[in-house]
Amino acid sequence: MKNSFEYAALAPIVVLLGAGVFSILIEAFVPRTSRRICQLFLVLGSLALSFGYVLINATKTLVGDPATNGGQTHGLRQFAVNGATVIDGAGLFLQGTLILIAFVAALLLAENQVDPQGDAFAARSSTLPGSEDERQFTAQGWTQTEIWPLFLFCVGGMVLFPVANDFLTMFVALEVFSLPLYLMAGMARRRRLLSQEASLKYFVLGAFSSAFFLFGSALIYAVTATMNFGQVSIALENAGQDTLVITGIGMIAVGLLFKVGAVPFHQWTPDVYQGSPTALTAFMGAATKVAAFGALLRVFYVAFGGMRWDWRPMFWVVAILTMLIGSILAVTQTDIKRMLAFSSIAHAGFLLLGVIATSASGLSSSLLYLFAYGFTTIGSFAVVSLVRDAAGEATHLSQWAGLGKKSPVVATSFALFLLALAGIPLTSGFTGKFAIFTAAIDGGATPLVIVAVIASAIAAFFYARVIVLMFFTEPPVDGPNVVIPSWFTKIAIGVSVAVTLLIGVFPQPLIDLIVSSGIFAS
Amino acid sequence: MLTILMLIPLLGSIAVFALPAARETLAKQIALGISIVTACGAVFLTTRLSGLGGGFAVTEKHEWIPAFGISWSLGIDGIAGVLIVMATLLVPLVIIAGWNDVEKIGRGTVKGFFSLILILEVFMIGVFAATDLFLFYVFFEAMLVPVYFLIGRFGGPQRAYAAMKFLLYSLVGGLFMLASLIGLYVVSARQLGQGTFDFFALANMSIDPATQKILFLGFFFAFAIKAPMVPFHTWLPDAAAESTPGTSTLLVGVLDKVGTFGMIRILLPIFPEASKYYTPIIIILAVISIFYGALLAIGQTDMMRLIAFSSVSHFGFIVMGIFAMTSQSMSGATFYMVNHGFSTGALFLVVGFLVSRRGSKKIEDFGGVSKVAPVLAGVFLISGLSSLALPGLSSFVSEFLVLLGTFSVYKDVAIIATFGIVLAAFYILWMYQRTMTGVPSTEVTETVTEITKRELAAIVPILAVIIGLGIFPQVALKVINPTVNQIQTHVGLFDPVASTTPSESGS
Repeated sequence: MKNSFEYAALAPIVVLLGAGVFSILIEAFVPRTSRRICQLFLVLGSLALSFGYVLINATKTLVGDPATNGGQTHGLRQFAVNGATVIDGAGLFLQGTLILIAFVAALLLAENQVDPQGDAFAARSSTLPGSEDERQFTAQGWTQTEIWPLFLFCVGGMVLFPVANDFLTMFVALEVFSLPLYLMAGMARRRRLLSQEASLKYFVLGAFSSAFFLFGSALIYAVTATMNFGQVSIALENAGQDTLVITGIGMIAVGLLFKVGAVPFHQWTPDVYQGSPTALTAFMGAATKVAAFGALLRVFYVAFGGMRWDWRPMFWVVAILTMLIGSILAVTQTDIKRMLAFSSIAHAGFLLLGVIATSASGLSSSLLYLFAYGFTTIGSFAVVSLVRDAAGEATHLSQWAGLGKKSPVVATSFALFLLALAGIPLTSGFTGKFAIFTAAIDGGATPLVIVAVIASAIAAFFYARVIVLMFFTEPPVDGPNVVIPSWFTKIAIGVSVAVTLLIGVFPQPLIDLIVSSGIFAS
Repeated sequence: MLTILMLIPLLGSIAVFALPAARETLAKQIALGISIVTACGAVFLTTRLSGLGGGFAVTEKHEWIPAFGISWSLGIDGIAGVLIVMATLLVPLVIIAGWNDVEKIGRGTVKGFFSLILILEVFMIGVFAATDLFLFYVFFEAMLVPVYFLIGRFGGPQRAYAAMKFLLYSLVGGLFMLASLIGLYVVSARQLGQGTFDFFALANMSIDPATQKILFLGFFFAFAIKAPMVPFHTWLPDAAAESTPGTSTLLVGVLDKVGTFGMIRILLPIFPEASKYYTPIIIILAVISIFYGALLAIGQTDMMRLIAFSSVSHFGFIVMGIFAMTSQSMSGATFYMVNHGFSTGALFLVVGFLVSRRGSKKIEDFGGVSKVAPVLAGVFLISGLSSLALPGLSSFVSEFLVLLGTFSVYKDVAIIATFGIVLAAFYILWMYQRTMTGVPSTEVTETVTEITKRELAAIVPILAVIIGLGIFPQVALKVINPTVNQIQTHVGLFDPVASTTPSESGS
């Protein structure tokens, strides 16, 4: 077999990983005072360049006829690196979504005017929390620019994850984007113990789930003698209901369902969401969900699409549990970040409906939902990072009382994000939910949609409760203030608001784009 | 045309909101002017309906989200037409009646209040005019937002609780409707190849009865909460009692009509089989509503709550009329919707005048008002008599039609329901006796003054409509009857006896 490496097709990934390496060199050779500005230019520049390559790949003339290409009408549709990756319309859309989300998240991570001590990350995360060293580094105004290479590797891994076309590449991508996340989760400037606890939990459970994924891949390899999704699919048609196959599918599902935060693999979510620096939570909550669902969709549509009658019952149970438990537990939360974490679990449940549908409309509705959800999530956590008192972020719900009176603009944007999460019409959340519910009913999952509606009703309660708290209660006397951020956060929130509204009111262009990207190539 | 009619209050709302907060009088004047223009426009558009034989007039259709079969489609038939006229006529009167409400409350801004009312007017027109079910749903839910803020920001002491309860009840109902709506979309996708929300396309499909029965429930649940029917009514007394009188008028007078409007205009044409199947249960619920609402109204000590419960009883009559499915009962029910809007509006506004003087909504705090403010008491009496359907007033015609129409198919039900009228006379006249007659206490003499010119300007047009439609009901029935007959034909039902509807042109 001739080895090939299609640089043009992989350019978006290569640019990001290359920039990550370059970013480490900046850490090594650029003086401390000018590192931040160099890193910012590098990160934003490489994201923009990478997005440019995605655009170039997406606008190339399609080789062949749309009818034989799963409905894709333009752009690349080819295997790269001997079939280890596949660049197709849906993959390009996911890459583009991830890079846009990463761009907005990078702006949030760059914010350094909200906290009087500096940015959201510890001055020196190697120092012990509460130690004299920590105090001195903080007093000198050190910042940890090492987050930028980590961030770039993470985004690079994520952009590879949904276009990986064999289990091994997918596993590598999984680790490339997970490890930096474990690290960054533990580097919060405030409440460092909580942050380190979150990091450790995320790491231990994440490693555990990665092992499941790897073990499952090995079992599938044992039966099919291949790692490639397309070949696995063909081999499974002949293999039939083998115990090894079912176990393998189950273990791979465990690994991926952990990443998306589905019940019963969700326990890490609230702790990690709460403990991580909020700007990172925004990135993780939005981008991990997109990348992981992209991969989940590809694996279960392409590799295990023919086995859907075997894995669907399991996914039904997981989806019902995820939607209900996510919504019910969110009601009992008193911390805004934990509440949003449980809401993200419920949303993972809704997204599973798109996986269960296993149809063209299931895929396109999931992509729409992911795009909409990603921006809403970033926006809502961006707002959370602005509500602060002397000790840092004020995340207890009672501290949010009367926010609408203190800062109507911020409270209104947060209300918009909550309405979008609740799925109220004219917000992006509604468009996504509508598309995914329709696809699920079309795919014969009507009972699931009924559960989803009940879960939405429960969820509406706690979203509305926060809105009531912000607008209809008197602010506490020593309550927190809404900090005026720099342009970084302002742009991030502004973009999120604009996307949430636009996709709610005029979704047609985006839908056209998604439909024209067709289904996964196999 | 209808889009322009909606653009007028929308632009007005933006203009009012953009004003500096200090220009309060200007904000009120702009709001009033805009609402009067809108009302004239609505009356003008409704005149286009004459001679159409029950079809839709001033229709328009623009693609919105073709991928989901959603379009911006508007149009009015007889039912939508009279309800839009009713809604747009009430808005300027509510603005006049609530001229000084915001200053009295001392919370929120004047421009905020009036721009919310105007934005609510946009949605009210939209929800009645939408001929695309998704668009209907959007307006149905969008209405919640201004009302939520009107109650939550400008309401009484329990406003947060009332606003929340209102929002959650409506949202839950809306979500069930959404589920059914998606189901309907899927059914249409299977039958027509491409899914659609277009009302006409959906009404012309023949859906399998078993599916109809399921989808019907989602819509009915939302409409029953909105209407409100027992046992889904408990949000209404709280919301009505905590709002300003103007908000209560729009809430009970117009918004709740969306529930009964949906029953006659969406449930009957799209789910004819299911509508017939569920008729017995719904009629029983309607009768329970009539008596439960009336009995609880008798027991109330708070005037706003009393009117709210009386509305529950009235909505029972409306629902009964719709599901009796004779041409008389359905025409009567539609006409009832219009009359109830005006008579309940009048009651809320007059009680609002009383409350603003005495500072209390309790019946026991009044007494002998007719001695100190005879005109106010007179206005109160006429509004009350309209609510209890005194012959000669418009509500009598509609109530009579509903009972007559129901009698021709369900004799026992009609006879039982007639006793509801007796109860209505009891709670209205008893409230009048306790508040208006007798010897005025010193507090009443000191605080209650005669009705002002502004208040008269708000209430007299309503009373004029009530008396006018009582004498010439044909004005409205001529518009309503053709549409009702068409719906009846569509459902496939015919009157058991020859129609004796007072209008000649329709039947």
